[in-house]
Amino acid sequence: MSATPLLEVRHLKKSFPIRRGWNRKVVGAVAAVDDVSFTIREGETLGLVGESGCGKTTTARCILRAMAPTSGEILFRAADGRVVDLAPLSHTGLRPLRPQIQLIFQDPFGSLNPRMTIFDNVGEPLLVNGLRDRRARLDRVADLLELTGLRPEHMHRFPHAFSGGQRQRIGIARALATEPRLVVADEPVSALDVSVQAQVLNLLLELQKRLHLTLLFVAHDLAVVKHISDHVAVMYVGQLVELATAEAIFRHPRHPYTAALMRAVPVPDPLAPSGDVALAGEVANPANPPAGCYFHPRCPFVVETCRTQTPPLREIEDGHVVRCHRADELALTGVGAEPRRTV
Amino acid sequence: MTTPLLRVEDLRVHFFLDEGLVRAVDGVSFDVHPGQVVGIVGESGCGKSVTMKAILQIVEPPGRIVGGRILFQPDSGAAVDLTRLSPKGPALRAIRGAEIALIPQEPMAAFSPVHSVGEQIIEALKLHERQWRPSGPRLSRAEARSMTVDLFRSVGISMPEERIDAYSWQLSGGLRQRAMIAMALSCRPRLLIADEPTTAIDVTTQAQILNLLRDLQRRHGTAIVFITHDLGVIAQMARYVVVMYLGRVMEQGAVEEIFHAPKHPYTRALLRSIPSVNVAPRTLLPTIAGSIPHPLGRPRGCPFHPRCPDAIPGVCAERAPALRPVGSTQLASCFLYHRDEAVEP
Repeated sequence: MSATPLLEVRHLKKSFPIRRGWNRKVVGAVAAVDDVSFTIREGETLGLVGESGCGKTTTARCILRAMAPTSGEILFRAADGRVVDLAPLSHTGLRPLRPQIQLIFQDPFGSLNPRMTIFDNVGEPLLVNGLRDRRARLDRVADLLELTGLRPEHMHRFPHAFSGGQRQRIGIARALATEPRLVVADEPVSALDVSVQAQVLNLLLELQKRLHLTLLFVAHDLAVVKHISDHVAVMYVGQLVELATAEAIFRHPRHPYTAALMRAVPVPDPLAPSGDVALAGEVANPANPPAGCYFHPRCPFVVETCRTQTPPLREIEDGHVVRCHRADELALTGVGAEPRRTV
Repeated sequence: MTTPLLRVEDLRVHFFLDEGLVRAVDGVSFDVHPGQVVGIVGESGCGKSVTMKAILQIVEPPGRIVGGRILFQPDSGAAVDLTRLSPKGPALRAIRGAEIALIPQEPMAAFSPVHSVGEQIIEALKLHERQWRPSGPRLSRAEARSMTVDLFRSVGISMPEERIDAYSWQLSGGLRQRAMIAMALSCRPRLLIADEPTTAIDVTTQAQILNLLRDLQRRHGTAIVFITHDLGVIAQMARYVVVMYLGRVMEQGAVEEIFHAPKHPYTRALLRSIPSVNVAPRTLLPTIAGSIPHPLGRPRGCPFHPRCPDAIPGVCAERAPALRPVGSTQLASCFLYHRDEAVEP
């Protein structure tokens, strides 16, 4: 709790219009992100999890200001110590802040320009930000490649010469080129094979320690999130439903959705209990969410209040926030922190 | 033991590319017994999907089955070698879809978008009628339709009478995969091939689909070949597991043995490197050094030797180990256990 907040998101909302007909008339709106608030302190990692369509990527894009939020505040502590709200800033206003917030993409095949060498790919953010001296750029790119576990002498090759894991390392090197303070990683390992995924996760953990990076890690895989995060935020249909430290949320989830999500992950052990269908039904349509709690049609603990009243996000324990009417009375089981059976 | 329903023997599928020869599947053998769920697990490029395509004889050129046998045991009579049948001939068409059905990874791409899902199932039912119902009057449209409604109900699709007329793009991912399962089961196949059936689906829906498959398998006694890269899914679904790497079987055995007493260094390393929800947060994972080699640059000898912590100098890089027993049901291809048993390089 000692570190200062680097990023504070307050009541972030982003809705997209639904258009119909020949004149593209607006007939409604999808609330992709619906009142999301969280804080990331310097040097920490927040894991943002949820199923497809829950708004986790939209949240990340709003923070990157790849899109403008509909409302809310995105307070970012810039390198000079000022706290700036990114939400209302214009393109020119964002310009000096862009190098400080960088992105690692999901797809290591689509995110590198195939016609540019690794040197050009990784060096481009440097060039854009005013490092015109080619010699200096070569040195910097060589350092970055070494930092991410690649061989600097390969920098004049093209992306096709590298495997998926190596390309993801190149993507990480490029994200780190401008010495960002905040790195947003959107599903950075989901396109990788298991054996390579572990390498990239370890690399991110090590880099974070070494460079004192702050990470927003967006993913759908709970096991991956647990490996990298200090805090975990769970989203459902555009809303934040639970936020706590990784330890607390996995051991004692307080929201039925979080607990169900954990139980739904198949455990790589044939003796582990299975067949526990965590949830019936499907994720609600964000264009037409149910009344009351968005989760109530699937919730096994639903009561009358849930059908009519939207639960507020409240702090149930120190640093543990949850959006559930019955969070106090429910005793939900999480997944333990006992050491895994040794192979 | 009973005679296997499907026996794959030393299967080799090679792709003749302009850049060179890719041995996508290079000497794969395993058995599937009636009613058994066999999991094939491996990372990308290991040949698991090509093996599946070879069984169904849908390997696309420039790929070709260049060796081995795929013996399928029909209801009566002698086993048929599927590799000997013409891919477009009537004999194979009578088996494909009727006796051996496929649940593909992407139901969106597998269904036609211009016909309703029900229509496509009715078509399959009528096409394969003589396989799943050898005698009796010809199937009427109304009968086929009511059967499809029943199938939809059995795979847990709510409002089946309405959903039968929906197009695949009107259904959600979970419903689409359920409809695909209904279609695969429509002709009562004895072998179901599920190729990453839940990879494109969210985790809570995945749990539902896996449960459905488990339930249907128990009820009908269908044998399933379950192909996936997810070790968690394999552990929960399969009784017998085949671990593949770069076109070869590294290890196979009963699921408990593979997960609790893995013998091959690759299986061990793979199991260690999976992120788990059961560890303390922010811990480093044990990793496998290096990355999967490019298919054109496959190493000589054992394909895993450049990444193997236990590689024996002068042995593993020279010859490829043969798949030999290392336990009651377990087989491994590794010189650590069988120093002298190599296959042709």
